Amino acid sequence: MSYKTLLFMPGNNPGMLQSSDILGADGIIIDLEDAVALTEKDAARILVCEYLNTFEPQSDIFIRVNPLDTPFFYKDLEAIKNLNITGIVLPKVSVESMEALDKYLTENNLDFKVIGLVETALGLEMAMDILSRSKKVIGVLLGAEDLTLDLGAKRTKESEEIAYARSRIIAVSKALQIEAIDTPWTDTDDYEGLRKDALNAKELGMTGKALISPRHVDIVNKVFAPSEEEIKHALRVVEGVKAANEKGLGAFSLDGKMVDAPIIKRALNLLKMSGDYKEEYDGLLK
Amino acid sequence: MDYLNNIDLDSIKIIDKSEYPTKGIKKDKVTNDIDNLFKELNIHDGAVVSFHHHLRNGDSVTNLIMKHIQKLGIKDITLVASSLFPTNKELIPLLKDGTIKNIVTSYISGELGEAISQGELKGYIIMQSHGGRARSILNGEIEIDVAFIASPSSDNKGNISGVNGINSCGTLGYAIADSMMAKKVVAVTDSLVEYPNYPADITEDYVDHILLVDSIGLKSGIVSGTTMITKDPIGLKIAKDTLKVMEASGLLKDGFSFQSGAGGISLAVTSFLREYMIENNLKGSFASGGITGYLTDMLEEGLFDALFDVQCFDLQAIESLKKNPNHLRMSASQYGNPEVSTVVDNLDIVILGATEIDTNFNVNVTTGSHGMLMGGSGGHQDTAAGSKLSIIVSKLFSSRIPLIKDRVDVITTPGSTVDVLVTERGICVNPLRQDLIEKFKEAKLNVVDINELKAYSEKIMGVAKPIEKTERVIGFSEYRDGRIIDYIYEVKR
Repeated sequence: MSYKTLLFMPGNNPGMLQSSDILGADGIIIDLEDAVALTEKDAARILVCEYLNTFEPQSDIFIRVNPLDTPFFYKDLEAIKNLNITGIVLPKVSVESMEALDKYLTENNLDFKVIGLVETALGLEMAMDILSRSKKVIGVLLGAEDLTLDLGAKRTKESEEIAYARSRIIAVSKALQIEAIDTPWTDTDDYEGLRKDALNAKELGMTGKALISPRHVDIVNKVFAPSEEEIKHALRVVEGVKAANEKGLGAFSLDGKMVDAPIIKRALNLLKMSGDYKEEYDGLLK
Repeated sequence: MDYLNNIDLDSIKIIDKSEYPTKGIKKDKVTNDIDNLFKELNIHDGAVVSFHHHLRNGDSVTNLIMKHIQKLGIKDITLVASSLFPTNKELIPLLKDGTIKNIVTSYISGELGEAISQGELKGYIIMQSHGGRARSILNGEIEIDVAFIASPSSDNKGNISGVNGINSCGTLGYAIADSMMAKKVVAVTDSLVEYPNYPADITEDYVDHILLVDSIGLKSGIVSGTTMITKDPIGLKIAKDTLKVMEASGLLKDGFSFQSGAGGISLAVTSFLREYMIENNLKGSFASGGITGYLTDMLEEGLFDALFDVQCFDLQAIESLKKNPNHLRMSASQYGNPEVSTVVDNLDIVILGATEIDTNFNVNVTTGSHGMLMGGSGGHQDTAAGSKLSIIVSKLFSSRIPLIKDRVDVITTPGSTVDVLVTERGICVNPLRQDLIEKFKEAKLNVVDINELKAYSEKIMGVAKPIEKTERVIGFSEYRDGRIIDYIYEVKR
């Protein structure tokens, strides 16, 4: 599954939790960390468990637990270990926290996926190392608000201050073959700004974007969804590969351009994202 | 023409020169002396007096006049008000002392509605639709003794305009039938302007008296400065799905007609529709009903040819009515009177709300979850019956109370005229509309059985405790054609 949109939902808001799965996001991140005040941590944990035991959400559910260096990390894990969720978002990733999480999941025989949230300078510089510490990691999420605070940089809508971080995250994600999830757009009413920001992230190589407003879901889904033209082109590439393989040809050209492995891989990735991928394509990239 | 066919020349008397008429000035209609006016009106016990609600919660006229009637000791009045608002809580003592015996209205909210629900009215309350009200007045079913017409402006002859004056409210569509049929018509105004006052919503030939008062109301309660689209993501999801329903119905094509309310979800539907029409180069025929700035923008953008306006909801709508010739005034009769040709009969799609809906698609917008009167049909019945596609938009829960019931508390609009329910958890189609079910399935819409959706909502929230009512009938929900569709019972205190 490729997550074009991962929508944060506060873990202490029953009304929002109850409807979170109908808002069109590919996945939901229920937040036990920043969205929940210190005095409400226990209540939120209970509420989230009640919600997930009562409802059967139609979306993939991730839970952002509290960081390792808080008294809530293991309490959160203990509370959610029996829930039917897809995975965990680990905030402020570090070597220690990733190893601790991996150890806990392994010891408890839990098949949760992990998305690492990079939001410190150290985490960014060590991302490759940190994210390699667990085979359960399926994605990396850039948290630009905390990161720029750590960097002493001014957070702007143009986001030039996070250009390096974005590129580094994307490079690490490609190296590890995991998803690269972009930081949320925080101006809930600036839809055009959101669209441009999401488009920029996509063009840099992000595979999806985290969101803090349900009203951002449609715009970001649209930006990250392959266009009909892109899908048609990818299908033509795939058909071309099949024909070339049947004829025993190593390479072929399409519209006057040579089709080689990177182009085939891009086409297959795009079809996976659009939902047009078929099992028969598995052996195409030799 | 029996007169002409049976002329008896001997019996005809030619006017004598001594009796020839003289040129004369007709009696002045204007007075600021309410006591003298009431002497002339001679309102008696059991009289029927009427009011319109274009000043909505800013209206001062209904309270002012009814309190004067109380002061005069007149009893057993039937109050025929097109709607009643929280500001009319001042009338509660008039129920208790017998000044008001019966009420006929199309909408009631606030403490007055609660007092009636708790049995304070000695007679009955009849809840009508807007079209049904016009019908019953125009066909003589309701005979109004005196219509008091709150008038944002009037000249000294009684040409009343809703767009002029400090308390302008736009069109006066709900007052037209009253002005035509009442035995006496009194324009109540705080803005006496030079003759002729134009454009006149009600003309001088229908007005007998003009009562000049200090103020007819408070502008802030009359219209909203702006009406706002919901920001609630669930409301927006419902609105988006509603547009998909409209598209899948096949009715969204050049020349289509549309009506929606001024509620947050309805406005969001209108907003999404605007984007859809621009993207698809679509041009509609008309939009109708209560008019908001969103619709006047669409009129100016050429997305609709005309607007039929029975009530202006915001300042922008009033300005548009003043200047745009394609923004048309519409009386409540032209809007939805079932006995004549009406705009609702030409309506393709209407978006409506619901407090409750039952598994037979009957809708209640008359009483709230506590069983108290807090709404009414307005144009609900009329548009549901007339339109080709009536869509109810609502969240599945309201304050943890499920929307879908086995039986609604009061039937406002019969399920036989309700086509589709759109909620955040699915789209329910009335089984009477198999044609729509097929179209929606083809369009891969999330169509669910209303019984299944009810079961789902009850699984999540449980079944709401039944509303406790006594066996005393306090009023009737009247269908637009005059038949009674449901009883309204007293709520247990």
